[in-house]
Amino acid sequence: MSLVYAGVLSHAPGITGRAHLVENTAKRDEFYAKLDVQRQEIEASGAEALVVIAAEHFGNFFMNNMPAYCIGMGEYYEGPIEDPEWLKIERTKIPGAPDLGRRLTREVLQSVDTAYAEEWKFDHGIMVPLNFLTPNYDLPIIPVNINCQGPPLTPLHRVWAFGEALRRACDAVPEKIALVGTGGISHWPATPDSGKINEAWDRDFLDRLMRNDKDALLDYTDEDIYRDGGQGGFEIRTYIAAAAAAKGQGDLQFFTVELPIFAVGCTVARFDIL
Amino acid sequence: MSLYHLQKFLYVLNRDEAAQSKFHEDIEGILGEYDLTTEESAALRDGDIGLLYVLGVNGQILMHFAAFLGIEWFDYLDLMRAGIEKHGPVRAGVYTMTGGGASFTEEEAHR
Repeated sequence: MSLVYAGVLSHAPGITGRAHLVENTAKRDEFYAKLDVQRQEIEASGAEALVVIAAEHFGNFFMNNMPAYCIGMGEYYEGPIEDPEWLKIERTKIPGAPDLGRRLTREVLQSVDTAYAEEWKFDHGIMVPLNFLTPNYDLPIIPVNINCQGPPLTPLHRVWAFGEALRRACDAVPEKIALVGTGGISHWPATPDSGKINEAWDRDFLDRLMRNDKDALLDYTDEDIYRDGGQGGFEIRTYIAAAAAAKGQGDLQFFTVELPIFAVGCTVARFDIL
Repeated sequence: MSLYHLQKFLYVLNRDEAAQSKFHEDIEGILGEYDLTTEESAALRDGDIGLLYVLGVNGQILMHFAAFLGIEWFDYLDLMRAGIEKHGPVRAGVYTMTGGGASFTEEEAHR
């Protein structure tokens, strides 16, 4: 078994970019502390590479040629693609793992037709997690994208299959691999409703996720998600893929809706790997 | 309606420094490279965030154009609300306003 860690965490540009505007600094710092616990757990796992299942936001992929899935095979990546001052993360080079990425892609292709990319400019969807999980950018990253932004979107049962394929691919290589899914649950980011969060819907989703209940996790239509969780809710795909890869139950280490300035409920969780 | 081309313009602008320079130095030239309506071109030329939002530009693209124009976060939210007020509901795309123009953060209320 080469998957040594699996978890999820929220991303949003405000988590770093609007940190200075937060009034509830105690809750913000509690969130940051939990993210640091996640960093320590990944480090303690001995992971030699980190797979980040993300939901990128038109930094690389656009409606001229939109892949449902993409896996990075680059030697290195650059980010953030956004204005570093806006995101409050300095632009830097991030090491990749091209050979490992290629082997993972080959195995995933046995069951899911993923795209791949040797060039990728990370947006906040990956840079914000890395800012907390690998702040020295010293762990090779394998970015993975699921299109959560430009419908039509890949169906949830295919997301589950993709997560399972990633797991099979991780198990087929000797390297120790950590994997995180990063998204949001309900949110309406970058709209006038930015900061709106459907807490009840989020908690119900997290209950399904922590039980790793496949049937319950796949029991949403995109119409349900859009109505209850907004367009940002489509990003539950990244969490579902991580759950499918881990197979075990989750441990919700942190969740709050008390930081709406970040425009998302803030989540940190790990999964048992079975 | 050419929302695809409007968003493509902003997608390229957001990620391409050469396009960003051309936006400042030869805006008519760069606008001419895309299949845009008169209304769309004017909205881009004027940096009309409210109208671009109503036209359906995805917020994940639009917020970076706002930052590129030097518009602060809360002002960006206000400009979208003003766009709805002036031009009516979002006409296309996946980003619509459901909150009735309310603010959802204490920080915005206290600014």
